Amino acid sequence: MKKKKRFNNKKRKHMTIKEGFKELWVNKFLYAMMVPAIVWILIFCYGPLYGILIAFKKFSYKLGILKSPWADFYGLENFRFLFNYKGIGRVFFNTIFLNLLFILFVTAFSVILAIMFVEIRNKTFKKLTQSIAILPHFVSWAVVAMFLSGFIGINSGMITKLIETMTGNKIAFYTSSQYWPAILVALRIWQGAGYGTIVYIATITGFDPGMYEAAKVDGATRFQQIRMITLPLLKTTIILLTIMGLGNVFRGDFGMIYALIGDNSKLYATTDVIDTFTYRALRELGNLGMSTATSFFQSVVGFVLVFTVNGITRKIEPDSAIF
Amino acid sequence: MTNQISQKSIDRKNTVRKSESIEKNKGLRSNKSTEKKHKFRMSGQDLTLQIICIVVIVVFCIACLMPFLLIIGGSFDKEINVTKYGYSIIPKDFSLEAYKVIFKDPTIYRAYGSTIFTTVAGTVLAMLLTVTMAYPLAQQKLKFRTPIIFFVYFTMLFGGGLVPTYLLISKYLNLSDNIWVLILPIMFSAWNMFLMRNFFAGLPGELSESAKIDGANDFQILFRIVLPISKPGIATISMFYALGYWNQWYNAMLYLGNNSRNLFPLQYLIMDLTRTTDALKEMAQYTGISVVNLPDNTLKMATTLVTIGPIVLLYPFLQKYFTQGLTVGSIKG
Repeated sequence: MKKKKRFNNKKRKHMTIKEGFKELWVNKFLYAMMVPAIVWILIFCYGPLYGILIAFKKFSYKLGILKSPWADFYGLENFRFLFNYKGIGRVFFNTIFLNLLFILFVTAFSVILAIMFVEIRNKTFKKLTQSIAILPHFVSWAVVAMFLSGFIGINSGMITKLIETMTGNKIAFYTSSQYWPAILVALRIWQGAGYGTIVYIATITGFDPGMYEAAKVDGATRFQQIRMITLPLLKTTIILLTIMGLGNVFRGDFGMIYALIGDNSKLYATTDVIDTFTYRALRELGNLGMSTATSFFQSVVGFVLVFTVNGITRKIEPDSAIF
Repeated sequence: MTNQISQKSIDRKNTVRKSESIEKNKGLRSNKSTEKKHKFRMSGQDLTLQIICIVVIVVFCIACLMPFLLIIGGSFDKEINVTKYGYSIIPKDFSLEAYKVIFKDPTIYRAYGSTIFTTVAGTVLAMLLTVTMAYPLAQQKLKFRTPIIFFVYFTMLFGGGLVPTYLLISKYLNLSDNIWVLILPIMFSAWNMFLMRNFFAGLPGELSESAKIDGANDFQILFRIVLPISKPGIATISMFYALGYWNQWYNAMLYLGNNSRNLFPLQYLIMDLTRTTDALKEMAQYTGISVVNLPDNTLKMATTLVTIGPIVLLYPFLQKYFTQGLTVGSIKG
């Protein structure tokens, strides 16, 4: 970080074209090295940007992107259609609501677990349990979907059967949308909390041990040390990570939601997010214009959010700002 | 007491030996030595805290392992038991019927082939792109560094979205139903590249400087000098890529149609197994058991176990690098 700052603070001379070519020639190997990756980025990241035009067009496969006529309503027909679409408000709400729940619960669990891991004295136990806690992060959501059906599947799920034998009622989880925010949050904690502890543990172990020594001399118990030293010091990290998470609050986790819910329309009410909606608009409705309009709208809002969030981050702690 | 002193001196020796290791480790070590002194005077309250921590962590770990145990139990159970009593962690009867069906059917072998090929080829290519991009961007002397960094960073903020990407890959690049569609679209990750760059930026510059004086060009410096001393960083980032390739199903779902079933990677095979009856029909065809009689409940669990087997088995070896990844990231450029 220090180095970067020094670089940024340097007075930047305006470079002439000649000097620019000279720079390219002097470091020709370094620049040549980057060509493959730059080409990849141009094709796979910048290429699709051109396709955003579809959002403003009456797209037809036959005519292609350029030749398709502009959409009605000053080219904004797709957006009008999108915002008038029944249930679209619910989709936006779900995206933000679920993301907020994920951030809140995963952060809380990560912090609590991290503090507890640091407290553990037995090294073997600590290592073993830490490995186990991170393990869920290694499996794909497709696998998690299988796990879930094993627990709450209607006919043979372990929990479904257990509830059935205990109460006599069969709960059809896969057709009752009201349970799903809780289920998704639980899965998110299961999958991410252990992994989340890594950052916090690294932060805690980086704290000046002298502070703890001093507290101990003053007769503070470990519990008091956690409350008076660890938590206040951890506050910045927690706030920063939360704020950064907020920047992505408008981006739904397609991989998670689609793997778990799929095309189960009975659960859409609480689980449908922007990204799954976009996918459905493409696959089921075949409405490419609206689908593109949705992603474009999402990208713009996301972009603004990240910028805002980064601005806030820079105010709190300049070192953690991304740019 | 002498024991403790000798322990301390060993500790000190270790500290000297690993003096170049990162600050984080130092923190850990000093924590350990405080622990040692602490043990003698643990108050009742501290003991309670210790017990609470252990209990909570054990509960969380059990919750982490439960699903894995459930699929193991479920896959070795008899189908009748599962339909009657549901899945259980300890199977009521031990049976291999599900595995017999899976291993008779060539689907799983093909899926393994597809996944292993994409993972290996993809990771190697991805690392090449990442390293060759990250190394120059870690060089202070590069004048066009900032605009290029922004060029990459912008892709993390703004994307075309699903439809434009879909059209690009299927219509313009014509990659549908081709194994490369599983490799190319995720062959580079800006995030991983920045992690790698930060790692390179943290390396001492003297070695490459002296090589430069000896007349080596940047390619030679990168591949002969920098990469050999970057093993921890490379291992970590390769792990991220490999895991991404191993766990992918998204591109398979979008671009692989039913007529290229033989390219399905493992993770998509699982999805397909839950979503459609196609996979079951295929299994029925190969095993000669009718679809109705297939043990589909245990089959699902067994297939899942077979696909995550390698990850779980390799996990203890990979975990070290996985945790390291965040340390790589924390040395911010």
